[in-house]
Amino acid sequence: MNKRMTLKVLAGFVLVLGTGAALAADPIRIGSVLSVTGPAAFLGDPELKTLQMVVERINKSGGVLGRQLELVHYDDATDAAKANGFGKRLIESDKVDILVGGTTTGSTMSMVPLAEKAGIPFVSLAGGVPIIEPVKKWVFKTPHTDRMAAEKVFEDMKKKGISKVGLLSETSGFGASGKKETEAVAGKYGITLVANETYGPKDSDMTAQLTKIKGAPGIQALFVFGLGQGPAIVTKNVAQLGITLPHYESHGVASDEFLKLAGKASEGVRMPSPALLVADKLAASDPIKKVVVAYAKDYKDRYKDDASTFGGYAHDGLMLAVDAIKRAGTTDKEKVREALEATKGFAATTGVYSMSATDHMGLDLSAFRMLEAKNGDWVFAK
Amino acid sequence: MLSEFLQFLFSGVTVGATYALAALGFTLIYNASHVINFAQGEFIMLGGMLTVAGVSAGLPLPVAIALAIAAAAVVGMLVVRFAIQPAKGADVVSLIIITIGVSLVVRGLTQISLGKGTHSFPAFSGSEPLHVLGATLLPQSLWVLGVTAAVVALLGWFFSRTLTGKAILATAYNRLAAQLVGISTNKVLFLSFALSAALGALGGVLVTPITMTSADVGIMLGLKGFVAAVLGGLGNGLGAVVGGLLVGVAEAMAAGYISSAYKDAVPFVMILFLLFFLPRGLFGARVTERV
Amino acid sequence: MRRSRYPGLLALSLFLALLPLALPNAYTYDVVVRILINAILVMGLNLLVGFAGQISLGHAGFVGMGAYSTAVLTTHANWHPLPAMAAGAALAGFLALMVARPIFRLKGQYLTMATLGLGIIIAIVIGNESAWTGGPDGMPVSSLSLVGFELSGEKRWYGFMAVLLVFSLWSCQNLMDSPFGRAVRALHGSEVASQVVGVNVGRYKVAVFVLTAMLASVMGSLTAHYVGFLTPGVAGFFHSIELVTMVVVGGMASLYGSIVGAALLTMLPQLLATLEGWETVAFGAILVFTMIFMPRGLVPTLAARFGRTR
Repeated sequence: MNKRMTLKVLAGFVLVLGTGAALAADPIRIGSVLSVTGPAAFLGDPELKTLQMVVERINKSGGVLGRQLELVHYDDATDAAKANGFGKRLIESDKVDILVGGTTTGSTMSMVPLAEKAGIPFVSLAGGVPIIEPVKKWVFKTPHTDRMAAEKVFEDMKKKGISKVGLLSETSGFGASGKKETEAVAGKYGITLVANETYGPKDSDMTAQLTKIKGAPGIQALFVFGLGQGPAIVTKNVAQLGITLPHYESHGVASDEFLKLAGKASEGVRMPSPALLVADKLAASDPIKKVVVAYAKDYKDRYKDDASTFGGYAHDGLMLAVDAIKRAGTTDKEKVREALEATKGFAATTGVYSMSATDHMGLDLSAFRMLEAKNGDWVFAK
Repeated sequence: MLSEFLQFLFSGVTVGATYALAALGFTLIYNASHVINFAQGEFIMLGGMLTVAGVSAGLPLPVAIALAIAAAAVVGMLVVRFAIQPAKGADVVSLIIITIGVSLVVRGLTQISLGKGTHSFPAFSGSEPLHVLGATLLPQSLWVLGVTAAVVALLGWFFSRTLTGKAILATAYNRLAAQLVGISTNKVLFLSFALSAALGALGGVLVTPITMTSADVGIMLGLKGFVAAVLGGLGNGLGAVVGGLLVGVAEAMAAGYISSAYKDAVPFVMILFLLFFLPRGLFGARVTERV
Repeated sequence: MRRSRYPGLLALSLFLALLPLALPNAYTYDVVVRILINAILVMGLNLLVGFAGQISLGHAGFVGMGAYSTAVLTTHANWHPLPAMAAGAALAGFLALMVARPIFRLKGQYLTMATLGLGIIIAIVIGNESAWTGGPDGMPVSSLSLVGFELSGEKRWYGFMAVLLVFSLWSCQNLMDSPFGRAVRALHGSEVASQVVGVNVGRYKVAVFVLTAMLASVMGSLTAHYVGFLTPGVAGFFHSIELVTMVVVGGMASLYGSIVGAALLTMLPQLLATLEGWETVAFGAILVFTMIFMPRGLVPTLAARFGRTR
């Protein structure tokens, strides 16, 4: 065994590692860890595209505080443990000024201790309640929580006199967290879960679970908590089995892609969603109309693909960060954090954000709209 | 309840047929080269994704399907040429790593060129479900089952009646002896990869209207196909089909009657118990190994 | 055996002692600590795969057992990390003991399948029992304190792991040169031949399997405490593959190879992370090329090329 060779090889790699560090710090560096591949790519991919697009647009119009923005991003492949490693890299090696990212609740939570310890503002794009409860000094988030999604759905069910619900959730982080929150708030709305089944994110047929749910005693509605193609297959299976129960989805399907994939079977599906999907149908007086319409158009022009609400979260996260930096007049981390916390009435694609020392999300249920699929399009549910 | 049981059975058989096609591909390649091809799932993915790409480029569906299957077969041969042949003599673990490397390359390139989104195309003969004794079945499921059956029959004929098929079989039994009687084991290698890739792609095409497709569907399908192939006793075509159907049905029954959360563990528990009692799978050869 | 092993150990110690001079920030320390953890893990796996010649595609399952044992016991039952770690190792060892006999009756691809299945089952259990494990989103883990000394921060961990690596290497070398080790190596050559000369094949396979499982479990526990955050991916199929790849890329039955393999494959994703979507392709291509051009692994191949014997 030749040790000298080994040493040289090792030393070479150490050098390569070292050079990535600390170059000139003139631009404002935005650090981002997103799940661009893996099960949450459905969220992470539009998020990254959005960040790249918005950064480009801001730079073209002169940047922020006269400085250009620079996006440093890594893909955690939907593994929270990897996000932790990349989080360290962004903070310690890339020396970013602010973190915008964390596609999943797991990825976010794995980076929270890093941001708290380093004292760096962190705007998460994930839905989990633990991110903001209890409030963490440096951590903010843009999407509604999955608890709010469940509450919005239950509110609508209550209005229709539904009390016995079958839950079908995905075993992904998104679905598992949704399941937990759904179970937690069901009682508050007088809802009983008469069936509680799960499916895997890569499953290709859910008729077995649905058959079981269909047979649950007294069932009045179906609630599916999942992301991307899973709920689309569920929706097709529902049609195949001839289930006519009211069918609710979570905000995890809030995209036009869902309608395309599920086809005719999607007719009548209801879900809580940010207004992005119905941007053109918003009243002209709606404070977020202008932002939403502009974002949807930019995205479509740039990527020849429909914007999704997940990209919207990224848009809002970055714009909140930029707004805070502008108001702080500096990238000093404590000042930016204070400015973020003082955000008031900031209109973005998801809603109007008003943060406080006790609320690091700044959205209420009103920003969630109940939508219904009609003739291959999303419309406001009645 | 009969209708419930039937529904679980239909669900299982539909999914199982996909696993069966994947397992057949595993078996073909294993027989010809003793390579456990962890890239098998990617061929299935290519079938679905390339057809989607063809259709969205304006080709009629049958043309897109034919092109996708042909392209997958070409990819299969490229894999032999650039990854399997140069590694001649490598041991089992190295070959496993090579096929995993290949699957990463294929998946990565697909993500870059065709995107990460999920796609589908319409079912071949409509999506109006058929009703059987209170359970429902999609016409597309019949397509999957029918074509799988046809493929098995064709392969049976191919291996027992044609010279090429016999050459592949001979290579599987004894590579050296096959070479000695003048069989080009190289050609056999290419042929079996191409065939197995085409089969995988065909499977991918058939199930896409039911299960949809995206650049990363291959991972899970490949693994389940491997389980099915081993369950049936690696190297046995009929065993692979039975193994695939068994895995699919077991999963559906588990989801229906036991726990949908643990249904993914069922095939693996099954295979562990089976191997503990029948170390060579259901249909494996009962031969003693020479040393 | 053939040559004294002390020059090698000394060189490694010296290298590890000087390495901090080349580490500019906490991130680089972090990468190196992960390398050290993986290196020990891979050395252990190499005893099984490289020396004894038994494939395992489920090794991450044991890593996951150790990681989650300490995480769950310290979080939910307020255990001290050390007994929790021991409990994890005992659990992993026990499971390995239970399945070892039937598993090692299997050969080749059937053995591959069985170990793969075992690992995946463990990963599925971890992913599903979210009340304990936090499910797919993962769970935070407290830091490790050893007799009043808080092991936190990358630098302290670096020191700790560096010492542990040298110690592990020394132990593994001793073990493989002992009569036990020679018997284990004999398995790789020919099981029948070993049997003929009186080696109890079954017993040695079981012993190596249990030993590596326990080592994997302990390293899993350490990973959990070091990173401070755990996801089911630690027990997953891809992690198993990663570990075996480290063994093979570094060199089967080469302990130094394990260190090199761990170093390369831990750094590679970091180096590729800026490739904008080409990471997967590059990683896959590198795996294929390494296996084609250095089928015996880096260290043995290079050693042979530079005219030295192992």
